[in-house]
Amino acid sequence: MYLIDCPHCGPRAQLEFTYERTMDSIAPAGADPQEAMRVLYSRANPMGADDEVWRHTYGCRAWLVLTRNRMTHSIDAVRAVGPETLA
Amino acid sequence: MNRYSVFGLMRGALGGQKHWQPAWRDPEPRASYDVVIIGGGGHGLATAYYLAKVHGVRNVAVLEKSWIGGGNTGRNTTLVRSNYRLAPLHNLFDFGLKMWEHLSDELNYNVMFSPRGAMFLGHSDADMTMLAQRGDALRCDGIDAELLTRDEVAKVEPLIDMSRTARFPIEGALMQPRGGTARHDAVAWGYARAADVLGVDIIQKCEVTGFVRDGADGSGAVVGVETTRGRIGAGRVGICVAGHSGQVAGLAGLKLPIESQTLQAVVTEGVKPMVNSSVMSQSLHCYVSQSDKGGIVMGGDPDNWPSYARRGQPTVIETAIAQTIAIMPALSRLRMLRTWSGVTDMSFDGAPIIGPTPVRNLFINGGWCYGGFKATPASGWTYAHTLATGAAHPLNAPFALDRFVRGATVDETGVGPMPNHR
Amino acid sequence: MSAGPSRISPGGETVTFTFDAVTYCARAGDTLAAALLANGVGLVARSFKYHRPRGIMAAGIEEPNALVTVGEGGRAEPNTRATDLFVYEGMVAKSQNAWPSLSLDLGAALGLASPALPAGFYYKTFFGPAKRWMRYEWLIRRAAGLGNAPTLPDPDKFAQRAAFCDVLVVGAGPAGIKAALEAAESGAQVMLVEQDAVLGGSLHRDPDPECDAAWIAASAARIAALGGRILLRTTASGYWDHNFLTLTQRLAEPGAVPAHGFAQQLWHLRAGRVVLATGVIERPIPFTNNDRPGVMLAGAVRTYVRRYGVLPGRRVVIAANNDDAYRTAAALIEAGAEVLAILDSRSSSTADAPDGVPVLYDARPTHVSGTAHRLSRVTALVREREQSWTADLLAVSGGFVPVAHLHMQAGGKLDWNEAAQAFVPGVTHQNCVTIGAAADPVPATPAAPAGHPKKSFVDFQNDVSLADIDLAWQEGYRSVEHLKRYTTLGMATDQGKTSNMVALSRLAERGHVSVPQAGLTTFRPPFTPVTMGLFAGAGARNAAAHERRLALYDLHEARGPVWQPLGYWFRPRAYTLGSETLAEAALREARGVRTSVGLTDVSTLAKFEVSGPDAAALLEIVCATTVSKLAAGRGRYTFMLREDGMVFDDGTVWRLAEDRYLLTSSTGGADRMASHLSFVRNVLRPELRVSVVNVQEHHAGIAFAGPKASTLLAGLIGEAPPRHMSLARAVIAGVPVLLLAASYSGERAFEIYAEATQAQPVWRALAAAAEAEGGAPYGMDAMELLRIEKGHVVVGGEVDGRTTPRDLGLDKMLNKAGGFIGANGLQRPALSEPGRIELVGLEALGGEIAEGAMLIGAGGGAPQGHVTAAGRRVIEGGAIALAHLAGGHARRGEELTAASPTRGITTRVRVVAPHFYDPAGERYRD
Repeated sequence: MYLIDCPHCGPRAQLEFTYERTMDSIAPAGADPQEAMRVLYSRANPMGADDEVWRHTYGCRAWLVLTRNRMTHSIDAVRAVGPETLA
Repeated sequence: MNRYSVFGLMRGALGGQKHWQPAWRDPEPRASYDVVIIGGGGHGLATAYYLAKVHGVRNVAVLEKSWIGGGNTGRNTTLVRSNYRLAPLHNLFDFGLKMWEHLSDELNYNVMFSPRGAMFLGHSDADMTMLAQRGDALRCDGIDAELLTRDEVAKVEPLIDMSRTARFPIEGALMQPRGGTARHDAVAWGYARAADVLGVDIIQKCEVTGFVRDGADGSGAVVGVETTRGRIGAGRVGICVAGHSGQVAGLAGLKLPIESQTLQAVVTEGVKPMVNSSVMSQSLHCYVSQSDKGGIVMGGDPDNWPSYARRGQPTVIETAIAQTIAIMPALSRLRMLRTWSGVTDMSFDGAPIIGPTPVRNLFINGGWCYGGFKATPASGWTYAHTLATGAAHPLNAPFALDRFVRGATVDETGVGPMPNHR
Repeated sequence: MSAGPSRISPGGETVTFTFDAVTYCARAGDTLAAALLANGVGLVARSFKYHRPRGIMAAGIEEPNALVTVGEGGRAEPNTRATDLFVYEGMVAKSQNAWPSLSLDLGAALGLASPALPAGFYYKTFFGPAKRWMRYEWLIRRAAGLGNAPTLPDPDKFAQRAAFCDVLVVGAGPAGIKAALEAAESGAQVMLVEQDAVLGGSLHRDPDPECDAAWIAASAARIAALGGRILLRTTASGYWDHNFLTLTQRLAEPGAVPAHGFAQQLWHLRAGRVVLATGVIERPIPFTNNDRPGVMLAGAVRTYVRRYGVLPGRRVVIAANNDDAYRTAAALIEAGAEVLAILDSRSSSTADAPDGVPVLYDARPTHVSGTAHRLSRVTALVREREQSWTADLLAVSGGFVPVAHLHMQAGGKLDWNEAAQAFVPGVTHQNCVTIGAAADPVPATPAAPAGHPKKSFVDFQNDVSLADIDLAWQEGYRSVEHLKRYTTLGMATDQGKTSNMVALSRLAERGHVSVPQAGLTTFRPPFTPVTMGLFAGAGARNAAAHERRLALYDLHEARGPVWQPLGYWFRPRAYTLGSETLAEAALREARGVRTSVGLTDVSTLAKFEVSGPDAAALLEIVCATTVSKLAAGRGRYTFMLREDGMVFDDGTVWRLAEDRYLLTSSTGGADRMASHLSFVRNVLRPELRVSVVNVQEHHAGIAFAGPKASTLLAGLIGEAPPRHMSLARAVIAGVPVLLLAASYSGERAFEIYAEATQAQPVWRALAAAAEAEGGAPYGMDAMELLRIEKGHVVVGGEVDGRTTPRDLGLDKMLNKAGGFIGANGLQRPALSEPGRIELVGLEALGGEIAEGAMLIGAGGGAPQGHVTAAGRRVIEGGAIALAHLAGGHARRGEELTAASPTRGITTRVRVVAPHFYDPAGERYRD
């Protein structure tokens, strides 16, 4: 059970959060259809840290980007999603 | 090699069982092989066995980074069934189920396949219609499926709570009588022993660290692998490391429609027989059976976020146990002995991937989500065919890697490309 | 009654209990093991495989042998360790796995066959068809499993609670108490948990004048005074990510009736820092018959003598490879026993033996003999010469294994301590430290075993001997995990607490490598077994699924409907009258809608208000149809695609005002749609000036449908209702409502939304108006009949997550401008290849069509599709259906078979268009 440091609410138990998808699955706006599908179906799925979209579903309901290590489960960064996230 | 039999055991009784030889050799890797299979799990070992047995390709190595059968082969809940709704899936899995029925004899290794029945519970009329639809799909393709009434369910499993006031009352079930369980470790060991006899080199503690490619810029066909025990040449290379497919394919620069997730399971202390079949509920997201040693084995939903750590989240197990006790209240007083986790290859339509990759001479078998164990014989059979001939067997043709970008997915649950929603 | 003949000192409060129906007396504070030893009971259990006689070996949770079933009825707990069970008045304990009795167990005959039943014997025999194996298996399954399976529901409740602390100390021995005290003094909020019923740990075995009972009491009081919390009978059983631990607390002993209904409590604890003072477990020594009653761990013997005042033997031999066991000699002498010899496998030692106790170096036990109940003889090799003693107890110590389970569960590494020949906790990435004996075990020097491997047991409970380990090695099962799985070593209820290191040593010896090179198995939660009901908590009672009730629940319930679960919701399925069947009621209700008017509760539909200057822009990303062209006051049907181009939901979208829309979608997909909208809004398009509010449960909704609906509604609102696909605001029964003129049934119809808390008068008014005209409420089954006849698709039926707009015949509605989610996915080539599953209608050529039936072509062969929804023409009669059919759009007029083998129904059907009723939509006009 992770302790996730929500930028709005502070550290909260993982039960309040839901995982949505990896950042690398989101094609840039305006990608052509083939490129968009390639991105959707290609995950780096690293055995280390990756950027993931989570949501504080049972808390402030904000969308967050977590940099989380898939071997150690350490969470190295939590950022609120903003206009710059996909930029 | 010694043949296994009751006579052998009796002979051994007189001589302290000293006559048994190693079940497989411990060879040094050769410089090259016709086929190198990466991954010494049940699927990889079965593939090697069928390559040698069916296709006469005996110059084969299985490279295992740790010990054979130590991945998901040794971590699943051992259920075997073929009752999927979609034809490409049930055709593949039922081909396997037919092989399970004779596997112990085929391998001369008792894999303890026990067709005690696999039962999906229905909790409403709507559930029963869904189950009937699945049953009809199976029966029309010649696969066994029977709708059970409430009374019939109670007869198979007397400890199920049949009260009408239950939050999810039991209205009936869909039973696959030929489904059941098997001894997971024995599947890996049995295939390993049988493959070894046919000349396959099973090389443990040999981790693949890279691919050897031809072409001036090293982006051509795969011609071998780099390992912790040196470079090994290969005519064809088959990845077979479900759980870690993304990691190994990544060594060849591939990104897959796969996300790795943790799936946990639980076993209780052993008790005398109390669960007779394997019972599943899709409304309650849980499944339960009893091992031959007496432990009640159960599981539920995956920890549906990516992880390779084989360390789960306790509340996920709490929910799975709660749901199982809701079905069988007498389980409450048993004790949970052990929990464990496997790393599952969650593919983006819930179906496996068996076939070529964009890299020449490199093939992949993975994406089994949480359902690969029961496919072991069929997976090995079709993958061996693919590796031997370079072309898909009709049973694995629907499971090509390019089906995702082509739009030909095999999506049993209709959830689409979000494995965490599956 | 005295508290047992082997009690050293008389007195003390006594309690009575039964073991195998014999009544015994125990002293308050005894474990069952202590009480049985005090009463001279040597034989307590039978082993798993060979049914060998077993007694008590340990004094703690590591006990592999002495397992009993305690309690009766629904409270019976099989496989309970006699060493971890404190006797209470009236306790009923029974032995297990023996028939007809513990003394005369016929299963012990299996022991005679043991030479033919080595490790993994079952892999080598029982061949033949699967059914034949199942016959052998029937026998094996009955022989396996130790205790009897419960059959009754559990009468007790289990509590769960969450807690936080700055410092968690696990283990209240001297090191743990000191650490807790120190942390509390420094101002930290402390929790100290101890699995035993008393504080003190090893102090009860090895008293320390500096840490006497008064010190323990004072320390506990000080910790409590500083705000710390001390929990006894509480085991830290799971150490998960980010310093999250699960603690299991016994509120009543196993099998006892709990005082307040709660048998146990599970703590979900988040700790700032974890201090593990978990101590060590003593290693047994392998030799012939080392599993017999009367062979005990040396530390355990000391515990029974000093803590419980029980003398487990009077003529004692001690076999050890370390100095610690010498203290057992001292304890025994103090208690009046005779210590015949200390067999030290080392060649010398600086340890002090009590006066008069001979110490023999280079001495290793080879075998013991005796009855099933007690030991009579101990034989050893002393400097390679055999020597024996008449003795009733052999106390053994093969060294000490740190309890590193929690450290390992937390993801820590182990280091090899050469002096102690043991793994000790090493680095960890969680905020966790191990202290005390677990970090610094007593040095020990394991010697080569001197008995017969076949009868030298390593895993006592599962009957795994040195010979089994050797066989596994011989057959190539050389990785420690293979060894474990092949022999079942370490897989019994004690999870190898006493056996793993002995086995690892043997493996290292065989492979001529050091123990760390031989490997290490993993440690998985829980540390000791946890009652399932405790882990489930209250979830077991309601399956952790809540129930959602409609705002109009009371009004429906008054009519006694058949309820239907739909996700967490329950909706009326039909309002049966008199002796009507469900099908009859549904048809009556549906006919009422076709001929007059009906009303139904549609409150559960997902509803979102989307507003702001970019509202239309957002909706045109989410919806695959156009939205922006909608005039204010108008609405339209719409559907949504996933990124892969498959339809995943549908509904209607209404332009409430210039910059304000209402979007409805399916009940079952409501939560998913809410998340999807939020994701698109906040992650994909954060720059849009738009707000999305989920108003699903804010509004109750009533559909009012039928040829008389418009006239009746006009009467209620005093003006002409809006035309089809238009909206209006009005007042019904004094309640403001939003009228959406939309139809699911195929009749002129309205969805009428009112604030949920005010909706009851609206329903009453509509029901009264309908009933005056012969109309009635209708349920989901009637709605299903109506929509099938009209040819409307439903999410979960025709919309199954595998169909594109084209498959469903919706492609003409796609937004030509693109830009919606799924537009890219739809470009994938296989989605426009021929032969895809497509939506069609079916007409029965006689008989009924089974929903879910498979469609078989004239020439037979594999199924080409299936019936997604089966219904009938509501007025004219005759079975019709909607179906998925390969290449279906081009197959109108073809005859097929709809086959349901599971239900024994086969029907000839003709493929038709999926619109059976008013395809032109003329009935929507007034």
